[in-house]
Amino acid sequence: MPNITEFDTIAAISTPVGEGAISIVRLSGSEAITIANQVTSGVDLTQVASHTINYGHVMDPKSQQVLDEVMISVMRAPKTFTREDVVEINTHGGIMATNLVLQTLIGQGARLAEPGEFTKRAFLNGRIDLTQAESVMDLIRAKTDKAMHQAVQQLDGSLQHLIKHLRQEIMDVLGQVEVNIDYPEYDTDEITTQMLLEKAQAVSQQIEQLLQTAQAGQIMNSGLKTAIIGKPNVGKSSLLNVLAQKQRAIVTDIAGTTRDVIEQTANVAGIPLQLIDTAGIHETTDQIEQLGVDRSLQSLQTADLILLVVDSSRPLDATDQRLFQLTQEQKRLVIVNKQDLAPAWDSAALPLTADDLTPVIISATQKSGIDQIAAQIKQLFFQGIETSQTTAVVTNARQVGLLQQAQQSLADVMSGIQAQMPIDLVQIDMTNCWNTLGEITGETAPDELITQLFSQFCLGK
Amino acid sequence: MQEYDAPEKYDVIVVGAGHAGCEAALAAARMGEKTLLLTINLDMVAFMPCNPSIGGPAKGIVVREIDALGGQMGKNIDATYIQMRMLNTGKGPAVRALRAQADKNAYHRLMKATLEQEPNLTLRQGLVERLIVHNKVCQGVVTNTGARYRAQAVVLTAGTSSRGKIIIGELMYSSGPNNSLPSIKLSEDLEKHGFQLQRFKTGTPPRVAKNTVDFSKMEEQPGDTTPHAFSYETLPQSYLKDQISCWMTYTNAHTHQIIRDNLDRAPMFSGVIQGVGPRYCPSIEDKIVRFADKPRHQIFMEPEGRDTEEYYVGDFSTSMPEEVQQQMLHSVAGLEHAQMMRPGYAIEYDIVEPWQLKQTLETKLIAHLYTAGQMNGTSGYEEAAGQGIIAGINAALQVKQQAPLILKRNEAYIGVMIDDLVTKGTTEPYRLLTSRAEYRLVLRHDNADLRLTEYGHQLGLISAQRYQQFQHKAQQISQEIDRLQKVRIKPSAQVNELLAQYQMAPLQDGVLASDFLKRPQIHYSDIQDLIGGPELPLPVIEQVEISIKYAGYIKKQEAQIAHLKKLEAKKIPANLDYDDVQGLATEALQKLKKINPTTIAQASRISGVNPADLSILMIYIQRGRIAKRAE
Repeated sequence: MPNITEFDTIAAISTPVGEGAISIVRLSGSEAITIANQVTSGVDLTQVASHTINYGHVMDPKSQQVLDEVMISVMRAPKTFTREDVVEINTHGGIMATNLVLQTLIGQGARLAEPGEFTKRAFLNGRIDLTQAESVMDLIRAKTDKAMHQAVQQLDGSLQHLIKHLRQEIMDVLGQVEVNIDYPEYDTDEITTQMLLEKAQAVSQQIEQLLQTAQAGQIMNSGLKTAIIGKPNVGKSSLLNVLAQKQRAIVTDIAGTTRDVIEQTANVAGIPLQLIDTAGIHETTDQIEQLGVDRSLQSLQTADLILLVVDSSRPLDATDQRLFQLTQEQKRLVIVNKQDLAPAWDSAALPLTADDLTPVIISATQKSGIDQIAAQIKQLFFQGIETSQTTAVVTNARQVGLLQQAQQSLADVMSGIQAQMPIDLVQIDMTNCWNTLGEITGETAPDELITQLFSQFCLGK
Repeated sequence: MQEYDAPEKYDVIVVGAGHAGCEAALAAARMGEKTLLLTINLDMVAFMPCNPSIGGPAKGIVVREIDALGGQMGKNIDATYIQMRMLNTGKGPAVRALRAQADKNAYHRLMKATLEQEPNLTLRQGLVERLIVHNKVCQGVVTNTGARYRAQAVVLTAGTSSRGKIIIGELMYSSGPNNSLPSIKLSEDLEKHGFQLQRFKTGTPPRVAKNTVDFSKMEEQPGDTTPHAFSYETLPQSYLKDQISCWMTYTNAHTHQIIRDNLDRAPMFSGVIQGVGPRYCPSIEDKIVRFADKPRHQIFMEPEGRDTEEYYVGDFSTSMPEEVQQQMLHSVAGLEHAQMMRPGYAIEYDIVEPWQLKQTLETKLIAHLYTAGQMNGTSGYEEAAGQGIIAGINAALQVKQQAPLILKRNEAYIGVMIDDLVTKGTTEPYRLLTSRAEYRLVLRHDNADLRLTEYGHQLGLISAQRYQQFQHKAQQISQEIDRLQKVRIKPSAQVNELLAQYQMAPLQDGVLASDFLKRPQIHYSDIQDLIGGPELPLPVIEQVEISIKYAGYIKKQEAQIAHLKKLEAKKIPANLDYDDVQGLATEALQKLKKINPTTIAQASRISGVNPADLSILMIYIQRGRIAKRAE
């Protein structure tokens, strides 16, 4: 395939990663609005007026699961930064949610932008002036090669191996299909759509397995957005400090001293956590305090993991009950703190659901029981997924998005066969799948198919 | 040799009357240019030195494209074939392929007669030895008899004659195809002008006498009884009923043993042959070595004509010594007593590395000079003819000082081929394959007229009557598609009876006729039975069916084509100084300077030019534009 990338619709997270309460995923290109519309619900982006901001949800187009609650700006060409159609999706910050949005867009056909590519387009479309051109050139030269190098470097060795293997499997079939077409009288087995179907199913299954590792891979790569919640003074900040092994949050015995959402990263038995210590949640009349509480509730909704801390030395009250209720839909771990003090209630009193794992009993001040937290997090997120070095793991949004595209091509192969389309048409989608997988590993050898043809078969005129 | 100025002046001179030269000369002459066609031997006009057949996958589509542009190959084979078959009928419409066995002599005679009768065309025997070039512009040619012919444009189609060398075992001699006179000095002249030439190799199998072949041991391959034709002008009622069969047999362990025992005498392996041969059409000795596991190889026996005993032993190309060839033949079932009439041979020849050409087939080094055909590194009569017609058209357009014709990759296989050649060059004889076309679903054999007749008409190569018929056909197609997208089929006893016949669920609600036709079992005739419609000719019905049934796939390819078109619109200035472009990777810089692409799309297809280089190039060009505006 030729390097036609110039008019692709591109996407990227355009805010610094992990900082700020809001992240922006930006799309630019002729398909920007269509692609964004395919993954959002609540508003038809193709119908909204230009330069409007719209409320909606980003959904996984397959499972119809809500990925994030978002605000979407739609800006139609030419009055945009790139002079192309531009869509900006404001997500709730946090790397996981934003990455999910990005990978879903890639899965629908957007391409991850190269460094400086938005600026480059702005220039090529006459949006910025001559003096700025130099810097754009420098940027592209300096970063593009490096980024491509990195993208391939980031590939875990076993993932690369697996994808190469899948491509070769597809190539073997494609070669056979092509030989049947270009050399109809050559005495090789005629490949049937049934054989193609079986191959598509087999490859699809392997890609599905890979996609299942994606979450684990992304956690390993960018961390679990973890919210520590609990009523005031249950020991959230102490826990944060123990996990982060740093004195970051102000720890006092006065309820409500942690006013801001503080983010910090921690490595808990190899799992990177992006820790958010929230202002204690309780009914408050203090207006400033109220702000902090609202933000806590918000960050709570977008967290990947909730560490719900309760205090075993004080009786469970209405606030505790409310927190249990607020988080019952999320992946959470209940942590019973202050094991070092006399217990005020029995652990059977906890309002656990069937999804909850056994609560972890710790003492944050004495740093006891912390290992158990790590074990339970693994249980919650990596169940059934081997994370040893030999297993292929998908680690970033680009890889996930491309794998989803490859999956879509295979689905098209299967539905084409179902509709009894001739093999040379079905083959188009199979080739697309092969090309998409090649993008992941950065393999774009020209005339690969023709080389395959001549090396595999003994062909006459 | 004392030179003299030939009294006649020409607009276009074509050198070589093989399949490329004939199309080039006819196109130029028919466009009103006074044309001279020079060839080494008038008895070898449109000669088929290898297999006596035209068409096949991709190649057959090229023949139709030539026909849509107003070329001759399709008409010539339609009048001289002895067998015709449609291949790939079990597959989709995009890969169906027509192939005909030609009566070799009849094909040559008819083409020669056509050239002779063309008003603006002079056909003459002559061996061209050098070009007349002034200030990097070609102004004519000089022959070995000393004649200086002047013209405004020259098309070279010298084929395998260029410094040709035939090899049979230990025997090696200077020769063009089939023991014809080689062209030696022209190659030397091209080198003097700075062209980079390369040695290629190809080969042909032995021919045997039909009356010594035992066909009872072979499998018959008869022609089709349903009418076909290459040319859109050929009428179905003229379809040949009395066709001659081909036959198939196989090599065996004994054949392979003979070859292995004599490998030391095989020029392919003894180091005698240095030219690069094609991977796809290997000699039989090559096959035995490279695919040692294969217990047998197919052999196709193809008749060379109606009035000759000669049979072409297809897929048995060899340059083994003559006596070994005999032994090899006699080891094959049915050929035990076959009398060899001509031995097979390998031939080495010069090609002009095709990246030295523009997409018009004009050379970059010398203006008004075009090259086409096997000389550009291709293989096959159809590939040659496809380039020939484009070179002839562009030579004529240059004389007229009009914009050239460049077929795009989404318009024709001819466009794919020329773009491949000039953008990537080739390291082996280039054969068209359907897999070389990224948009093969739209480059079908059935729609070549819809793709290209408009060009043929604009160039004046298509008669007014044919153009009218074409327009009528196009209109019928779009009207009928339109109708089927509006009219509904309602559930009725008749409809459901039909569906039951195909074991499909009965219709609950009315559906658009076009949606109904999308069902795999349903054909246009069913729709007509159910709701009636206009009487339409078969080719129209075929287009309607294909357009509707495969709409989803066609739409996908069209989206990709739209993308390509945007890139094609990004022109690269002809005089761009790549050394001035800061930041191009070294490989990209070298390749871009060598190929000198005309559009960003073409640049994107050069191997070694990556997206970052394209970005830098586009920014450089845009910056130049802004600077110009500011002045």
